[in-house]
Amino acid sequence: MKASGIAFAGLLLAASSAHAVLPNEQLADPKLEARARAVSAELRCVVCQNQSIDDSDAELAHDLRMLLRERLLKGDTDEQAKAFIVKRYGSYVLLKPQFRTETLLLWLGPFVVLMLGCAGATVYILRRRTSENVPLSPEEERLASAMLESEEAV
Amino acid sequence: MKRLVFLVPVALFAAVLLTFAIGLDRDPSRIPSVLVGKPLPAFSLPGVRSRDSGLSSKEFRGEPRLLNVFASWCVSCRVEHPVLLQLKQQGVPIDGLDWKDDAAQGARYLAQNGDPYARAGNDRSGRTGIDLGVTGVPETFVVDGRGIVRYKHVGPIQPEDWTSIIEPLMDRLRTQS
Repeated sequence: MKASGIAFAGLLLAASSAHAVLPNEQLADPKLEARARAVSAELRCVVCQNQSIDDSDAELAHDLRMLLRERLLKGDTDEQAKAFIVKRYGSYVLLKPQFRTETLLLWLGPFVVLMLGCAGATVYILRRRTSENVPLSPEEERLASAMLESEEAV
Repeated sequence: MKRLVFLVPVALFAAVLLTFAIGLDRDPSRIPSVLVGKPLPAFSLPGVRSRDSGLSSKEFRGEPRLLNVFASWCVSCRVEHPVLLQLKQQGVPIDGLDWKDDAAQGARYLAQNGDPYARAGNDRSGRTGIDLGVTGVPETFVVDGRGIVRYKHVGPIQPEDWTSIIEPLMDRLRTQS
């Protein structure tokens, strides 16, 4: 029982550290390596598209990680290193899309929908409130009492 | 008129449904190439076969050519191979880029399966492939007579891809140059 518990904990640990970066890929400078990790976590692997190149075991992801580290060693800023890969694979590889004219709908769309919903709800509530407070017209009053009377007759 | 207001959410729902239906039908592995409309990035690679003098981006001048990215370890390249051999027989100029592969293995692959390439270059490190935005093999670029990439095909070229897309494009490029 105890042994299986330990094995389970071990499994959990292994699952939580699911990173594909191999020891021989890492840069000697821990600061630079941390930057490389941060940048590669933001880049999509083009082979297994829902993983970043930091997570992916694909060979192309490995090549791109190495390329990225090379660029950083050469003195590229994070943005320059990212742009180097975007130039080859397109802005599609950015896991966080940039705020640009062609991505306006993506970024602002949800807020537009939310605002439309709020406007619709406001109109609905205001209308219901006014209709509750409107007194019956004499004609409606007459009809209503006629109905009530006829029901009593039954 | 008031009834019509109730149709608005239905119409919106239908629009969303249609968008998703179209999205489901699209192949997510076909990533639009940023290279289309741009000149081929500069590269100069060693040859694959003993007769090769190598492959350079400068050689893509004159007539439109196909640049086919392949590898000896690639399974779907073997599916595509007969199509390429057929195209070679039709006189289509095709150059090969042996991606992330050992040149000797690439040469053996061509000796065994037939050789559709006019020129072939070996990209051992895969860096030229990355410069081209290659996401896997096979991929095929249509390069016009001025060295500008006009189209990228991802995956094996099927006969219908050739007749419906690539051949008309190459015919058009040939008359332009």
